[in-house]
Amino acid sequence: MEDNDDYLLKVSNLSVKLQNQTILDNVSFKLKRGTALAILGPNGAGKTMLFKALLNLVPYTGKIEWAEKARIGYVPQNIAVDDIPISVKEFLSFKNHADVESSLSHVRLSNKNVANKTLGVLSGGELRRVLIAWALADNPNVLLFDEPTTGVDVGSEEPIFVMLNELKKKKGITVLLITHDVHIVREYSDYLLALNRCLTFFGDSKEIMNPSIQKIIYGETVCVGTPSEQK
Amino acid sequence: MTEALILSLLTGIFVGFSAGYLGSLMVLEKMSLVGDALSHVALPGLALGFLFNFPPFLGAFAFLFASAVIIWHLGRVTKLSFETIVGAMFTLSLAIGIIIIPELDLLEALFGDITTVTILDTAIAVIVSAIAVFLTKIIYKKLVLSMISEELAISKGIDVGRINLLYLVLVSLVVAVGIKIVGTLLVGFLVIVPAAAAKNVSADLFKYAVVSASFGIVSSCSGILFSSYLNLPTGPLVVFSGFIVFLVTVLAKWKTK
Repeated sequence: MEDNDDYLLKVSNLSVKLQNQTILDNVSFKLKRGTALAILGPNGAGKTMLFKALLNLVPYTGKIEWAEKARIGYVPQNIAVDDIPISVKEFLSFKNHADVESSLSHVRLSNKNVANKTLGVLSGGELRRVLIAWALADNPNVLLFDEPTTGVDVGSEEPIFVMLNELKKKKGITVLLITHDVHIVREYSDYLLALNRCLTFFGDSKEIMNPSIQKIIYGETVCVGTPSEQK
Repeated sequence: MTEALILSLLTGIFVGFSAGYLGSLMVLEKMSLVGDALSHVALPGLALGFLFNFPPFLGAFAFLFASAVIIWHLGRVTKLSFETIVGAMFTLSLAIGIIIIPELDLLEALFGDITTVTILDTAIAVIVSAIAVFLTKIIYKKLVLSMISEELAISKGIDVGRINLLYLVLVSLVVAVGIKIVGTLLVGFLVIVPAAAAKNVSADLFKYAVVSASFGIVSSCSGILFSSYLNLPTGPLVVFSGFIVFLVTVLAKWKTK
């Protein structure tokens, strides 16, 4: 029998309208603690807007219920760091009482090598890890991750997801991640939520391999082969 | 050293420090032209001060404060950039100011005249600069975080709109006191160039803010000293001094590449 306490997040009839345009229409789903949810959909489908609504950054109608003890960490898709002379240490210290060394070690970055570097000179992979360290500094139990591989070279993508997976298992963190990568959905998430302004699919993420589900999500069948599978 | 020169230097130290410190944020937010154009908005206020015999600083600040609030509000309502709105407003202010200001005072308003600084002027500059720096220090990290990602800032509970407004008002204060040294036409220099120079040689935020404030002091004080010894107008010499500092930092950056 299902216990209501198992759920960290319940979303009912969520709609977002901005400047008279419907961005999200009547979206409902529930998410269990300690699971990973992949959010998939074409550009403009409302994926980032869903996160903004979950973070209460935009006005919405409907109901968003976080469990009482939910502590949310957020990693945005884009940040503007190229033109700002700020070191990794300074950025992480914006979080009150953040222990920089321990925050960096959680994301497998060396304090010695990275702490004094300017954010703008980090590689895409390093920057993503620093952002995860930022999100983890408040000891969250849920992590919202918008397009984890933006600006990350191909070789550095997989280790980020492996690390997220470990965090999920070791710390019991619930992960919500927006991605376009079918391989990531299949390997690193438990549930799949497909959006195209409205909810087009919610269920087991393994269903992504099902051609009829792919047709629902993309409007046509897609090739899911990845370099790692072709070995 | 005369009493007038001591007062000028004291004013220069405080105004240079505060303009450099606040300007460091303006350059990061790519609002450099806002600082420059905003200073011209002070002209009608200065004109009223000269006409009705009250401290021109008060008139300048009143106009700058009102403009900052209007710019901030229009920015939120119209979603136009601050630079666009300021651009629309400053030419109008300049036109009004030039029409109503007495001809005799026009040069001082446009280019400043530190030689006429009084103890009261210096006291106002010291107090206003200290308050502006103190309040800016409180919101500095929050503003930088909102520049990195507005969503990150809001998700951390920061009221981005409110701190932007406070920052604009503080810039107005510093511009109002800076006008005494370099005038409305050149005061924008004090908030832009020291920060731009500091950015050339800084790898972290703390160093950037401190170096920018220090370059502000170097620019204003060396300009005042040259002006005193060469008997030339202060405003342009402050600009020349600051520009030399900027060129040196460009060379330093070029050499390290």
